[in-house]
Amino acid sequence: MKFKRIVFFTIVFFILVVFFFALKKSNIYNTKNLIGQKIEPFEIISFENNEIVTEKNLQENNFTLINFWASWCSPCRVEHPFLISLSKTKKVKLIGVNFKDKKRNAQNFLNTLGNPYDLIVTDNNGTYSIHFGIYGIPESILIDKELKILAKFIGPIDKDDYKKIFEIIKNDKKYN
Amino acid sequence: MLSNIGNIFFILNILVTISIIYFCYHSVRDKKYNLAKIVKLSILQSTFAIMTFATLIAAFIISDFSLITVYENSHSAKPLFYKISGAWGNHEGSLLLWISIMSIFSFLYLIINEKSNSNSLLITTVCQNFLILAFLFFSLINSNPFSKILPIPPDGLGLNPILQDPALAIHPPLLYIGFVGSSIYFSAALSSLITGYNNKNFAIQIKPWVKVTWFFQSLGIIVGSIWAYYELGWGGFWFWDPVENASLMPWFAMTALIHSLIILERRESLYSWVIILCLLTFILSVTGTFLVRSGILNSVHTFANDPSRGLYILVLLFLMVVISFAIFFTKTKKETYIFENFSKEVFILSNNWFMAFYLITVFIGTVYPIFTEVLLNNKISVGPPFYNLVIAPIIIPFLFFMALGPNSSWIKFKSFDKKKFVIVLFLSIIVNLAMIKFFGGLSTLSNLIIISSLFLIIYSILDFIFSAKEKKHLNISRAVSHLGFGLLMMFIIINHNFSFEKDANLKVGETEKFESYEITFSKLRLDKRENYNALIGDFIFKDRKSGIVRNLQPEIRIYNDPETLTYEASIRTNIFRDYYLTMSNIDRSDFYNIKFQNKPFMIWIWISAIIISLGGIQRLFIFKK
Repeated sequence: MKFKRIVFFTIVFFILVVFFFALKKSNIYNTKNLIGQKIEPFEIISFENNEIVTEKNLQENNFTLINFWASWCSPCRVEHPFLISLSKTKKVKLIGVNFKDKKRNAQNFLNTLGNPYDLIVTDNNGTYSIHFGIYGIPESILIDKELKILAKFIGPIDKDDYKKIFEIIKNDKKYN
Repeated sequence: MLSNIGNIFFILNILVTISIIYFCYHSVRDKKYNLAKIVKLSILQSTFAIMTFATLIAAFIISDFSLITVYENSHSAKPLFYKISGAWGNHEGSLLLWISIMSIFSFLYLIINEKSNSNSLLITTVCQNFLILAFLFFSLINSNPFSKILPIPPDGLGLNPILQDPALAIHPPLLYIGFVGSSIYFSAALSSLITGYNNKNFAIQIKPWVKVTWFFQSLGIIVGSIWAYYELGWGGFWFWDPVENASLMPWFAMTALIHSLIILERRESLYSWVIILCLLTFILSVTGTFLVRSGILNSVHTFANDPSRGLYILVLLFLMVVISFAIFFTKTKKETYIFENFSKEVFILSNNWFMAFYLITVFIGTVYPIFTEVLLNNKISVGPPFYNLVIAPIIIPFLFFMALGPNSSWIKFKSFDKKKFVIVLFLSIIVNLAMIKFFGGLSTLSNLIIISSLFLIIYSILDFIFSAKEKKHLNISRAVSHLGFGLLMMFIIINHNFSFEKDANLKVGETEKFESYEITFSKLRLDKRENYNALIGDFIFKDRKSGIVRNLQPEIRIYNDPETLTYEASIRTNIFRDYYLTMSNIDRSDFYNIKFQNKPFMIWIWISAIIISLGGIQRLFIFKK
C-alpha cells in the first residue's frame, strides 16, 4: 500500500511540476527569437531538375533572401513585384521555396508574373519550411554568408520591408 | 458604481462562506446539529453569488465600460442577447457563473438530504464551502470582473463574432452545471471518507447528482459540437481540440461513476473505486480549466493568456489532489472483490476499464505536447490520427460488452442466450452487407464497427421492448442510452466514410460541374444587419441524378467591432444528408473560393447523442418517484 502511495504521488507531482514549467514557456509561436541564429543544415530538392540543394548553396552569396511562396497564395501575388525589383538589383540572391504546391500551377504562376528567383526548391508537404520556423505563407528570411538570420518578414513583403532589406545590407559592415 | 456593488457582494459572500464553515464545524464538534441556521446561511450565500453575477450582467446590459471585463468583451452596438451572454463568454465572468453553480449545488444538496446523516451532510458542506472560498478568492484577487479602467473608454472592444451565436451562448452554462456541479460529489466523497458513511445510502445520495451533472455535461458537449459544425466552416464536428478533450475527460469519469455506483448500490461493493471516481471527476474538471485558462495549450477557445491565473489554478489543483488523496489513503480500508466471470458486476466493471482506457488516451494526447515542450523543448501537436488509431479499434469490443452486459445477471453467471447472440450477430452482418451494397465498400475496421454497433442497436431495442413489457423503468433508460450510443457510432462511421467534399473557384454567373452535381453562382448581394454587413452568395445546387435542386446562401460577415470577417456556412439538412457550402473571397479578384460538402446522416449524429443523454436524465425522474 505504501509503495502504491509513493508511486501515485510521484506521478501526480511529476505532472504538476511539468505543468508549472509549461506556464513559464510562452505559448505564442514566435519565431522572432530565431533572428541572430544560424539556420539549420538542410537538404531540399530543387524545383527544376530535382537536384539536391543544401545550406552550402547559400554560402556562395553575401546575402540571400529565402522566400516561401505558393501559387495558391494570393498575398504572394501582392509581394511578387517587390521580389522582381529585388532580383534586378543583384544585391541579394533570391531562393524561392515552393510550399505545398502543384508543379504545373507554380510554373504558370511564374510564367504569368515573372520569375525573380535565382534558385527554386520544392517543399511538397511543408515539412522543410517548418524547420525554417515558418508558420504562414508568404514569409521570407534574410540570411548572410555565415547562414545567420538577419531578418524575418512575416506576411507579404511591402515597401517598408523592401527598404529594410537594403538598409540591412548597407549597414552590414562585414561584407561592405 | 456597479463595480463597488459587485465588490460588496463579493465580500459579503466570502463572509457568509466563512460563517457556514464555522457553524458546520461547531455543529460537528459539539454534536449539536442545527441545520436550519446553515440552510439559511446557504440561501444567503446563493443569493449573494447570484447577485454578484447579476451585477456583472447589468454592467454588460448598460454597457458600463468603466469595467475592464465589459470594455474588453462588449460593445454598445451589440444586440442585447449577446451583451448578456458576453457576461459569461470570458474568463472573469465565467468564474462568477462557476461560483454561483457551486453555491446553488451546495444549498440544494443540503436541503434535499436534510433528513440523512447530519454528520456526513455537514462535512460535505464544509468541503464544498472550502472549494467555494478558494474560487471566491481567486475571482476577487486574481480575476476580478469588477476591476475598473480609467479613463473610461467611449466604447468596448466587442465580443468575438464567432462567439455571437445562440448555441455558444448556452454552451458554457450547460457545461458548467456538468463539471462544476461535480464538485458536490467530490465534497460528498471526502465527507464519506472522513465520517465513515460508506454504505449503499451514500450511493443513493450522490446518484441523482451524478446523473444531473452527466446529463448537462453531455448536452454541453453536444451543443459545443453543433456550434463547431456550423460556425467554424470546415464541416467537422469533433476536432480533438485540447478544450474539447478537457470537457470529455470528466465525462468519461462521470460515465464510469454512473456505472460503478450501480454496483455500490446493489452489492455494497467497489466503494473505494467509486470514491476515486468522485474525486477524479472534479479534479479532471479543474485540470481541464487549468489547461484552458492558463493558455499553455493552443486551442480555438477564447481565454487570453495569463500565467498568474494558471499558477493560482495549479496551486489549487495541487492542494485538491494532495489533500483529497491523502484523506483517501489514510481512511480507505482494503476491500476484497469476488465477482464471478460474466456476472453483471463484471460487465459493469468492463465499462469502467473502457472508460479508463479512453480517459488515459485522451489525457496523454492532450498533455503530451506540454511534456515534449517542457522536457525536450520540442513543439508538437497531437491530432485526430492519434485518437482515431488508438480509440477506434477498442470501440468494437466495447460495443459488444455494452450489448451483452444488460442481459447478464447479478452475482452468478447464468448461461447466456446463445441462440439470440447468433441470430443478432447474423442479422447485423446481413444489414452491414446491405449497406456495402447500397453505399459502397468500407475498410475492415469501419465494417467491424458498423457490425458491432448494429449488434448493440438490436440488443438495445430488444432490451427496450422487454423492459417496457415488464414495466422495468430503470432498464428502459439504460436501453435508451445504449441504443443512442450504438446509433451514434454507426452514423459517425457512415458519415466519416461517405462524406464528399469539393473545392472550386467561381465568379458570379459561373457553374461548376462535378460527379452528378452542379453548382451555379447566380448572385452576390450585400445585406446590412444589426451589427455586421453580410456579403451573401446565392448558389443553386443541382443533383442531376436525383433531380434535387437547393438554394444555398453562404455568407461572409464583416463585423466592425472588432473588425473581423467570419464565414457562415449555408447548410440544407434533411434526414438523409446535409448539403454544406461555405465561400471565401480571394484577394484582389472577382473569384470566390467555395467548398461544397455532402455529409450523410449528419442530423442523426445529433439525434443519437441527444438520445444518449435523455436516457440518463429519464432515469433521474424514475428515481424521484
